[in-house]
Amino acid sequence: MSTEALNDFVNKLKEENSAWVAEVKDALGEITVTVPRESIVDVCSFLKTKHSFDLLADLCGADRGVEEDPRFEVNYHLFSTKHHNRLRLKVLLSEDEPNLNSVSFIWKTANWHERETYDLVGIIFEGHPDLRRILLPSDFDGHALRKDYPLRGYEPYSLT
Amino acid sequence: MGLENNIWESLPDIVTVKLDAVVNWARKSSIWPATFGLACCAIEMMNSVSARNDLSRFGAETFRASPRQADVMIVSGRVSRKMAPVLRRIYDQMPEPKWVISMGACATSGGVFDNYAIVQGVDKVVPVDIYIPGCPPRPEMLVHAIMMLQEKIMKDSVKDRRDTFEKESRQSIVPGTLPVTEGTALEKEIEMEVAENKVPKPYTVPSKHERRRSS
Repeated sequence: MSTEALNDFVNKLKEENSAWVAEVKDALGEITVTVPRESIVDVCSFLKTKHSFDLLADLCGADRGVEEDPRFEVNYHLFSTKHHNRLRLKVLLSEDEPNLNSVSFIWKTANWHERETYDLVGIIFEGHPDLRRILLPSDFDGHALRKDYPLRGYEPYSLT
Repeated sequence: MGLENNIWESLPDIVTVKLDAVVNWARKSSIWPATFGLACCAIEMMNSVSARNDLSRFGAETFRASPRQADVMIVSGRVSRKMAPVLRRIYDQMPEPKWVISMGACATSGGVFDNYAIVQGVDKVVPVDIYIPGCPPRPEMLVHAIMMLQEKIMKDSVKDRRDTFEKESRQSIVPGTLPVTEGTALEKEIEMEVAENKVPKPYTVPSKHERRRSS
């Protein structure tokens, strides 16, 4: 599958601000743009307003492993209902500072996705209107989808 | 002439029996389950009331959506830690006498889900009368469990009430499943009313909807 149309968007991003694009990966007909942490909000609002990526299909966090640096990544899967292209944005975050600006005021759907990412991976979204747990119990200790989280949980959750 | 006329002729006007026997007979003949399907076991539970297995032969076909009309809670599926307080609350809302059937491996012991998210056996949250093994158990096994429960009910006595008290019901909730927040405005309001002796201490704090209906 050709990625020419998608590469156009990457070029437009580079033209607008070359600091926005740290790395571009072209694989399996999909384009993944790695974006520096501080410019994710600018990139998202640019893509939404200027290039009609009006749907945030998914926002998810991932733990690449305790030994990796940067350890965490946050993926934004964008989709346009106008020209039907998909684009993936990626932000890499270190373990010491898993902070990131919220995009919940750009796409409303990001609100719950960011809460889920905070709940399970422990990424902190600054500027989020209501950043609290959404899936796990509100007094849960730790973040369950981190690689170093024990399967049976911490006390007093662990009952074995 | 129907059957009742023959009975009428063959029996004396007054029959004396033990009160327990007649009450238990009435109880066991209509055990209404609360609808509490949690996972795939619920599919088998639904199948047990279908035409083929026909749980209504044992008087247990009427699944009630309200716990206040139910006699037995069939916990069919894995209970997540977030669901545990809800399950306990529904159990507390059922009127006495009440029974619990733990259906399947997950409800009984956590099953294959030995992790942070699943309660390792529903008996940590509510008292269980009958455990059914299987993953999932066949509808016949649920029918058998209902029959076993009927045998158990026949051994009960009207004098034995098993009311649980608020303190005990709180203790039986798995640690870490209750919200850490201080409580809703409604709960605070009720605390104030209890402190001023306006209302008796509630067994569980009712929801807004329940409050509206009861007052």
